[in-house]
Amino acid sequence: MNKILSKEYFSEKVVKFVVEAPQIAKARRAGHFVMVRVGKKGERIPLTIADADVERGTITLVVQRTGVSSSKLCALELGDYITDLVGPLGQATRVENFGTVVCACGGVGTAPMLPIVTAMKKAGNKVITVLAARTKDLVILEEQMRENSDEIIVMTDDGSYGTKGLVTDGLETVLKREKVDLCMTIGPAIMMKFVSLLTKKYNVPTIASLNTIMVDGTGMCGACRVTVGGKTKFVCVDGPEFDAHQVDFDEMLMRLGGYREQEREAMERSSSKS
Amino acid sequence: MTGRNEQWRIDLRAKIKAKERTNTIRVKMPELDPVYRGKVRDEEVNLGLTAELAMQEAQRCLDCAKPTCMEGCPVSISIPDFIKRIEVGEFLEAAKVLKRTSALPAVCGRVCPQERQCEAHCIHLKMKKEPVAIGHLERFVADYERESGQISVPEVQPPNGIKIAVVGSGPAGLSFAGDMVKMGYEVHVFEALHEIGGVLKYGIPEFRLPNDVVDVEIDNLRAMGVKFFKNTIIGKTITIKELEEADFKGIFVASGAGLPRFMNIKGENLVGIMSSNEYLTRVNLMDAASDDSDTPVYKGKKVAVIGGGNTAMDSIRTALRLGAEKAMIVYRRTEKEMPARAEEVKHAKEEGIEFLMLHNPIEYIGDEFGRVTHMVLQAMELGEPDASGRRSPIPIEGKTRTVEVDEVIVSIGVSPNPLIAQSTPQLETTKWGTLVVNQETMQSSSMPKVFAGGDIVRGGATVILAMGDGRRAAKSMDEWIRGKS
Ligand SMILES: Cc1cc2nc3c(=O)[nH]c(=O)nc-3n(C[C@H](O)[C@H](O)[C@H](O)COP(=O)(O)OP(=O)(O)OC[C@H]3O[C@@H](n4cnc5c(N)ncnc54)[C@H](O)[C@@H]3O)c2cc1C
Ligand SMILES: Cc1cc2nc3c(=O)[nH]c(=O)nc-3n(C[C@H](O)[C@H](O)[C@H](O)COP(=O)(O)OP(=O)(O)OC[C@H]3O[C@@H](n4cnc5c(N)ncnc54)[C@H](O)[C@@H]3O)c2cc1C
Ligand code: SF4
Ligand code: SF4
Ligand code: FES
Repeated sequence: MNKILSKEYFSEKVVKFVVEAPQIAKARRAGHFVMVRVGKKGERIPLTIADADVERGTITLVVQRTGVSSSKLCALELGDYITDLVGPLGQATRVENFGTVVCACGGVGTAPMLPIVTAMKKAGNKVITVLAARTKDLVILEEQMRENSDEIIVMTDDGSYGTKGLVTDGLETVLKREKVDLCMTIGPAIMMKFVSLLTKKYNVPTIASLNTIMVDGTGMCGACRVTVGGKTKFVCVDGPEFDAHQVDFDEMLMRLGGYREQEREAMERSSSKS
Repeated sequence: MTGRNEQWRIDLRAKIKAKERTNTIRVKMPELDPVYRGKVRDEEVNLGLTAELAMQEAQRCLDCAKPTCMEGCPVSISIPDFIKRIEVGEFLEAAKVLKRTSALPAVCGRVCPQERQCEAHCIHLKMKKEPVAIGHLERFVADYERESGQISVPEVQPPNGIKIAVVGSGPAGLSFAGDMVKMGYEVHVFEALHEIGGVLKYGIPEFRLPNDVVDVEIDNLRAMGVKFFKNTIIGKTITIKELEEADFKGIFVASGAGLPRFMNIKGENLVGIMSSNEYLTRVNLMDAASDDSDTPVYKGKKVAVIGGGNTAMDSIRTALRLGAEKAMIVYRRTEKEMPARAEEVKHAKEEGIEFLMLHNPIEYIGDEFGRVTHMVLQAMELGEPDASGRRSPIPIEGKTRTVEVDEVIVSIGVSPNPLIAQSTPQLETTKWGTLVVNQETMQSSSMPKVFAGGDIVRGGATVILAMGDGRRAAKSMDEWIRGKS
């Protein structure tokens, strides 16, 4: 049981929580995540630790509402308790001064990218953030990203805001323009796949943070497995970050769709109840 | 144990002739109807003996001068001592005998592979009779005590102020915690998951081991003063080093063998193929098969489980209960070599599970969505016995068959979870990732403060061995700590 000490809306669909978790705050490094469960019948879902305050014994989570479990979490209020919270999990991000780093994110990947952008900037990198969304209303965390980036490029599929085009279009503008030392990408698997194909063409080392389906998050089940460089890896313990050029995104895409039917049913069930 | 020479025992032995005792037919465990139970998820298959049946079965035991059955029990339970108390109706006294050696009799009575342990050494077998149903009797006594509401909370020594940490709350951790708290230690149990109980909770299904049975034991430990901390991963949330710094004088690592193995064959990452850990965790820990649970689970119609152990049986019987129309076990040796408990195999067959022996998957085929649709099986035959004495399976060249499936559960074994070893480089491990300890004392060879037992030391083993390790570790850690001060 972990108490929510503050709740702030970044947008209608994105909530920032500060949660009491002194041990996790102390042990975490950038890139680590936690598993969160809301309610006795709740699902365990992975969330990146966006920030931590060792002194106050708190961690920060930035949650985007996508389905049942993230909605339940977002519905919690100040003073409520998160039923279960465990971590920090996964391997930490390798943060150092690489030179110029492009952070390309979109959709579900925007929230977990924020701490990476912040950490990369702090380490002295020139950080260029490419932030993509389908349409203007779905552009989130723009302000927070801007504060921590040297430059930010906003892309929308329909051109309703920023530049019209996909994340890859924004990224290619940068790649054509200047020398990039590292690309970080988080987002829907299909997006990361095309980012990876693009940076491969430009020979830019690329790290993708994979958001596979997880159950325990501790290496116990294998639900999160992906093929990297021809070998099966568990994203929760070996990752979540991998060399994007080695990741079999087609397999990952296929595995992510595995429970789509059940997820949709669950969403319908819970919305018909409320 | 002088018990056997007490007058009541001598009289009891004289009351019925040995021949008559051995000639009595072994009791049959009352069980749910196979058709009915194949459709319900959480009703226990075995219903338990009535007092009458238990007393009748207890009569079969000869109260041997040299009870060979005890040699078969990894923790040497005083078997005739508790059985003879059943025969005279002293059930609570029988429970006390069990508890002298076993921390979890209601669990072991249900899940021990008795046919290979205690019952395999019963004298009756020498006379070509069925062995005494020791497991059923053990379960009866433990259940009787629990249901009587007269569970004796063991006496606890006054607190000695010494803090002890336990990593993991499976049978090894629980039995260790119980013994240490009895000796007056302040025991903190850290568990990675959001439930206490280890495999007893997230692995073994309700239809074989109801959660209530385990919870009573956990509540008992709480009542004795053991402190449980869930959602705490040693090696991640807190390191072993930090535990030492926080003044824990001894650390018992009982983190089990939770890492699933895969076969690394073509198509194994297709949708619908998963480890038994994933499948059973979804169903047992997350209650995914219930409508009100947020966690999803596949309810396959044509399900294959690869493997022949208890985990494989639990998985396939769960799949059946979730609505599988075709449910099969695929195993590369024959039924004789299957490591599962005999009773589980029997129950599985009664429920209509198919057994496809001498076959091994070599490839999976999927549809355009990446969902598994077929498995390609290699036919096998048994070759010469290997080092372990088991005949090893060898492929029959060119003989394969393709079977339609929509869900495959891979249940070919587990390895120790590497989290602790990775974060504690000083800890000596084997090439299999198990921790190296002194076999007698369970003390780590490289870090004297650390003791370990159960599956993290043995690889995948049994509940009773894990429990026995916990008890031995408690004894030797206590001696070690007292020896130092
Ligand atoms: C290591 C890791 C770190 C993460 N960090 C964050 C974070 O900091 N903030 C945050 O908001 N989210 C994060 N996520 C994603 C988050 O875990 C999922 O959004 C969440 O599990 C969705 O659960 P749900 O029940 O609300 O939605 P579901 O009902 O499970 O899904 C709703 C919809 O979203 C899609 N979806 C669900 N999960 C993913 C995913 N992982 N990738 C792509 N699409 C998905 C589904 O296909 C479905 O269409 C992270 C994921 C991982 C693996
Ligand atoms: C499905 C299934 C069926 C089985 N059936 C039988 C049977 O019928 N009979 C039988 O005798 N045996 C059976 N077994 C085997 C038996 O359950 C195990 O041998 C036994 O549970 C091992 O006990 P343990 O205490 O060593 O570990 P576990 O029961 O595995 O418990 C270990 C605990 O430690 C926790 N943990 C792990 N790492 C950490 C960490 N870093 N920090 C904190 N906590 C941690 C885990 O979450 C877990 O709760 C079965 C196993 C399975 C999976
Ligand atoms: S603990 Fe297991 S092996 Fe020992 S007597 Fe009981 S059932 Fe038999
Ligand atoms: S060997 Fe069999 S008959 Fe003899 S004491 Fe043990 S259970 Fe009883
Ligand atoms: S989530 Fe279970 S092994 Fe990664």
